[in-house]
Amino acid sequence: MADGLTKSAARNIFYGGSLFFFLLFAALTAHSHWYMVNVSTDSEGLTDSVKHGKEVWEKNMCINCHSIMGEGAYFAPELGNVWERYGGHENPEAARSGINAWIRAQPLGIEGRRQMPAYDFSEEDMNSLIDFLEWTDGIDNQDWPPHPAG
Amino acid sequence: MKYETQKVALPFFMVAMALFTLQIVFGLLAATVYAWPNFMAEVMPFHIMRVSHTNLLIVWLLIGFMGCTYYLMPEEAEREIHSPNLAYIQLAIFAFAGVAALVGYQFGIHEGREFLEQPFWVKILITISFLMFLFNTSMTLLKGRKTAINLVLMLGLWLAAVFWLFAFYNPTNLAVDKLYWWWVVHLWVEGVWELIMASLLGYLLIKMTGVDREVIEKWLYIIVGLALFSGLLGTGHHYYWIGAPGYWQPIGSIFSTLEVAPFFAMVVFAFTMFWKGSRNHPNKAAMLWALGCPTIAFFGAGVWGFMHTLSFVNYYSHGTQVTAAHGHLAFYGAYVMLILGVITYAMPQIRRVQPYNQVLNMWGFWIVTSAMCFMTFTLTFAGVVQTHLQRVLGMNYMEVQDQLGLFYIMRLGAGVAVAVGAIMLLYSFFGPAREQVPAGGTQITAGAGSA
Repeated sequence: MADGLTKSAARNIFYGGSLFFFLLFAALTAHSHWYMVNVSTDSEGLTDSVKHGKEVWEKNMCINCHSIMGEGAYFAPELGNVWERYGGHENPEAARSGINAWIRAQPLGIEGRRQMPAYDFSEEDMNSLIDFLEWTDGIDNQDWPPHPAG
Repeated sequence: MKYETQKVALPFFMVAMALFTLQIVFGLLAATVYAWPNFMAEVMPFHIMRVSHTNLLIVWLLIGFMGCTYYLMPEEAEREIHSPNLAYIQLAIFAFAGVAALVGYQFGIHEGREFLEQPFWVKILITISFLMFLFNTSMTLLKGRKTAINLVLMLGLWLAAVFWLFAFYNPTNLAVDKLYWWWVVHLWVEGVWELIMASLLGYLLIKMTGVDREVIEKWLYIIVGLALFSGLLGTGHHYYWIGAPGYWQPIGSIFSTLEVAPFFAMVVFAFTMFWKGSRNHPNKAAMLWALGCPTIAFFGAGVWGFMHTLSFVNYYSHGTQVTAAHGHLAFYGAYVMLILGVITYAMPQIRRVQPYNQVLNMWGFWIVTSAMCFMTFTLTFAGVVQTHLQRVLGMNYMEVQDQLGLFYIMRLGAGVAVAVGAIMLLYSFFGPAREQVPAGGTQITAGAGSA
């Protein structure tokens, strides 16, 4: 293979090509950044509470059991669309109190069922976390996942 | 070992293997929870096991890369390491940071983005240590001989450091957060780490097959070119469902399909050099790793990656056990086997003995590798069933998981076999050196030019 190709030619193709593809990738990333801020996510709705909710999400490392938009540990249900699953589109108040009650009920202690630890969130943290999950559900992400089951 | 300072690599290998052992322990714990969900639920919840398992992998691979670089650099640059003391200090800082993070996790001290959970000050220590490492090895390179091997290796390491800086950027917008999070995660493992992998593999092949450096280095540039041409835009396969524009679906599908090419090229490369080679190198175990690494990387990263990378497939399989299956075999084949291979090659020279414990090492190779493959198969089957039940039929997540119990028990069994094989490997590296040379050796002397 590549008998006609010299080492220095291969090297030049590597450096030149890599630079080209990097610049293209960086440009598309910049456009995607713009698109996310202006088109696919609700920048106006990104309130202090939603921001705080993301901090609660990170402080408790939810990602190492759950997934969010398909990324995470796959050990516990997808939460990017949990708002939809609780009927938040039709009845936001019921979804809010449903998610709240579910988290407060942990651990369920059922033998043979995966256990979610107890999290003693303040009402403020809980509301922010749910605001964050509601905001995340609103991201236009090409209609993923295929079912509300997540 | 031609240069005295190559022995700097030894403590790096020892720390890396200690953390590798811990990684397997946490993996076994987490796998046990999958099989028996109440296991240790009060003492150590699953997320602590999982963060420990993944972070230990990342930390020991990085320490392993450093050890490999310190071992290789003097021979390639034809001069001693710039400062062995600096190497020991930066190892101490890196190991301290890694262990501090691990201990902190047990007490709930962490940040919250996957794989980047290290507290801020740990990230700073890691950065400082890595910069010291880059300074030390780059100074050695600058004053010494420049070869394609050490230039590509150092380029990979420097770029890894550059992209690591995105770990410090955490936007409040979750979609934007994910966009740049992949600039660390993807651009490392499916980008610049492949430069490190290909150059270390090239080094092993030059040393063990005796094929002309010009030929190997030309291959090296072709392979790393394929890796970056495909891997950069291949990041698009992570941008399908996170709120990025729709054009990532065709771009990600096409370029991430091409990501198979560098891995396939590495298989062809390794086997061609092996057959062309005229040198009958006595370290047959290291040769086995040098061939096994690209082979398993091709299946784990290449084939298993391709299996769920097309956007219309990924729409259904994204974030299921299929991803877990791919992740395990890809990391094992591409990076774990690579470092174990370099250690197998380097240890006899560092200990100044003839290749030793080779039969035990090869048993370890086959047991760990087979067990990792079996683990990958069980998770793949689990993932296919999960994809169908949950993503096609729309069944509830927890009900689906109840259907997967058998696969998770088999995965735990595979994990136990990995642990057994790993113990054999560790003993073969660090235990008393007994001369064990495999009988025959036709597999090594099959090359056309062999005597």
